[in-house]
Amino acid sequence: MAVARHWRNQDQRYNLAGTRCKVCGGHFFPKTSMCPSCHRRSLGKLERFQFSGNGTISSFTIIHEGMPQYSSQVPYVIAYIDLEEGDHIIGQIVDSEPSEVEIGKKVEMVFRKLSEEGRSGTIQYGFKFRLTP
Amino acid sequence: MGKALGVEAKSVPAPDEDAATISVMAARRALARSSIDPGEIGAIFVGSESHPYAVKPTATIVSAAIGATPVMTGADLEFACKAGTAGFQSCLGLVNSDDGQIPIRCALAIGADTSQGAPGNALEYSASAGGVAFIVGREDVIAEVGLTMSYTTDTPDFWRREGMKYPSHAERFTGVPAYFKHVEMGARQIMERMGTKASDYDYAVFHQPNGKFPLKISKSLGFNREQILAGLWTPRIGNTYSASMMMGLAGILDVARPGEKILAVSYGSGAGSDGFHLEVTDLISEYPRSKAPLVSEAAANGIEIDYATYSKFRKKLKMEGE
Ligand SMILES: [Zn+2]
Repeated sequence: MAVARHWRNQDQRYNLAGTRCKVCGGHFFPKTSMCPSCHRRSLGKLERFQFSGNGTISSFTIIHEGMPQYSSQVPYVIAYIDLEEGDHIIGQIVDSEPSEVEIGKKVEMVFRKLSEEGRSGTIQYGFKFRLTP
Repeated sequence: MGKALGVEAKSVPAPDEDAATISVMAARRALARSSIDPGEIGAIFVGSESHPYAVKPTATIVSAAIGATPVMTGADLEFACKAGTAGFQSCLGLVNSDDGQIPIRCALAIGADTSQGAPGNALEYSASAGGVAFIVGREDVIAEVGLTMSYTTDTPDFWRREGMKYPSHAERFTGVPAYFKHVEMGARQIMERMGTKASDYDYAVFHQPNGKFPLKISKSLGFNREQILAGLWTPRIGNTYSASMMMGLAGILDVARPGEKILAVSYGSGAGSDGFHLEVTDLISEYPRSKAPLVSEAAANGIEIDYATYSKFRKKLKMEGE
């Protein structure tokens, strides 16, 4: 079950693929089947949209005791990111000390390992973010 | 030990990085500098000694993460540190073939590794992480491959059996009969066939298991320090295995100018070498290098970590609660 779910979300997780509404021009993440502002008028007028992965941190929290899978990464930062093209997303900030992370700092998307189903199961990959150098 | 091996620092993967994530980042950076549509890529080869899956190609993960699927082929290659250049040769073969028979005009060759040696072993000191991706095509190239040839023998200098975490090596074979013989023969056969000599090249790059071997081999082949400096990265980032020679070549292409000639020879234990004669084209002056980090920028971007953090990263010490 989990393998199939991860596979269905692959485009979203790998490529930050969301939806563009051709009626109002809005960009949405994750993918949606109806534009939140145009509602029924957007039916049949939605297309796949790939976000650049550039954004700005609008808030964040530092996790000191994470899930067992993340024990080698604590303390780590989970941030609320305003995407350049619109909409926002929650993602982990990697490759910097938590003390370097600040609201308003620019970030870029990186491709990382998200989780793995034990030592014999599949590995899930997808987006995380890091401070733009 | 650092001084003996000529390695001052090495790159280490973060806990959430592996050969697949490094390959994807390298591929995306290569595409960022190019105007080709990922859908045009007809083949992806990923050379690595540290593919995350034993069965399930890293190439498939890269394909999906750059949007190259589904009309394409891909495979993971293994040949110790020269698996990446073996992929480079395969790409050249496919893109230069008859379009009626094999309609592939553009391919991606990646070398990436997150290798490790047993703690305390000399390999532990130099084994590092990194990846390089080259887009191989026929049109709009920044460097023309004039010739590629390989030199292969069955030499037991270095191996790792299925299921073993760390590789083993036979001291007796590691230097002269393995690295030096194969790289030297590989370089000489290229120069013989091209009718070139060391002084005809602006740059030379050889596989870099440590900082010392490439200096020694380039000297015995008649190259001077100026010719190899732009491609010498192991002293600063360690041995990136499958990416090692390709990283050097990428570093050279970061600074190369039109008309310059490059000799590049990789080495893989087991053992073999892949040699390349390259000539930089006029298009390099328009190549948008700034759209992705240069090798020097990527190398300078690292965060210094202590051994405890390093071990935690590499899962070598049993951690609390695990
Ligand atoms: Zn709308």
